[in-house]
Amino acid sequence: MVQYTQARLDGSFAALSDATRRGVLEQLGRSDASITDLAEKFDMTLTGMKKHVGVLEEAGLVTTEKVGRVRTCRLGPRRLEEETAWLERYRRVWDARFDELDKVVAELTRKEKVDERKNRE
Amino acid sequence: MNARTESEVAPMKNRTTVERKSERELVVTRTVNGPARLVFEAWTRPELFRQWWVPKSLGMSLLSCDMDVRVGGRYRLEFAHGDSRAAFFGTYKEVTPHSRLVWTNEESDEGSVTTVTFAEQGGKTLLVMHELYPSKEALDAAGTGAADAMAETFDQLDELLVTLAASSGRREK
Repeated sequence: MVQYTQARLDGSFAALSDATRRGVLEQLGRSDASITDLAEKFDMTLTGMKKHVGVLEEAGLVTTEKVGRVRTCRLGPRRLEEETAWLERYRRVWDARFDELDKVVAELTRKEKVDERKNRE
Repeated sequence: MNARTESEVAPMKNRTTVERKSERELVVTRTVNGPARLVFEAWTRPELFRQWWVPKSLGMSLLSCDMDVRVGGRYRLEFAHGDSRAAFFGTYKEVTPHSRLVWTNEESDEGSVTTVTFAEQGGKTLLVMHELYPSKEALDAAGTGAADAMAETFDQLDELLVTLAASSGRREK
């Protein structure tokens, strides 16, 4: 399970660790585009852009379809899933944090009660 | 005579929710067992704040924590994660005791403005934390970790997430 998760995360983080690839995802979020469009937009060779798109495709973040001589790229099925996943990761961080906050507040409450008791005595 | 209160039942674990309210906004909510006065204290006194802000499961440690909690006052938190260091800093914009805190995150140009409200009800406090980012892209980046100074590289973030996933699966709370 952890192995599987790790492999998945490795793939998507490696894919996202490059500024051009993040830019490509952003671009595809606005509209589908051909490899040629993307290469032009990012001022790259066709071969270079093909490589980047390949990495994104491998990670499930982008799908491509060749119609005639043009390969069109669009956001892949992982996109929504990723969005949910990062919200869940974010939630877990806050959940862990707030669990600790609960402890701190419980301790403050306990101390206050002790002080009140002392004052009454 | 004082009855001891050792028979207290362990409170049910409170739920944390996260919602993306709009393209630029994220809202986190949580109820904390305790009056707003004490919860507010835990957010504004550095010696208390540092006890909870960096839970062990994050795999990070807090090196320093300076907080000058007043309007216009600044804060600075420094973290270590393995060999890497990261700092978070900004300015308090609003400080209304026991009910509201607003601060900026200035470690990047794309930093958010965070508003936390404390609403007490029946001895418990509902925390609502609202983060407003300057753009959709900034929030996306914060989410995917692209601009996440907490994890300077994706490898580290990856490692951290695996640790989180592993520890939440293995350890019972």
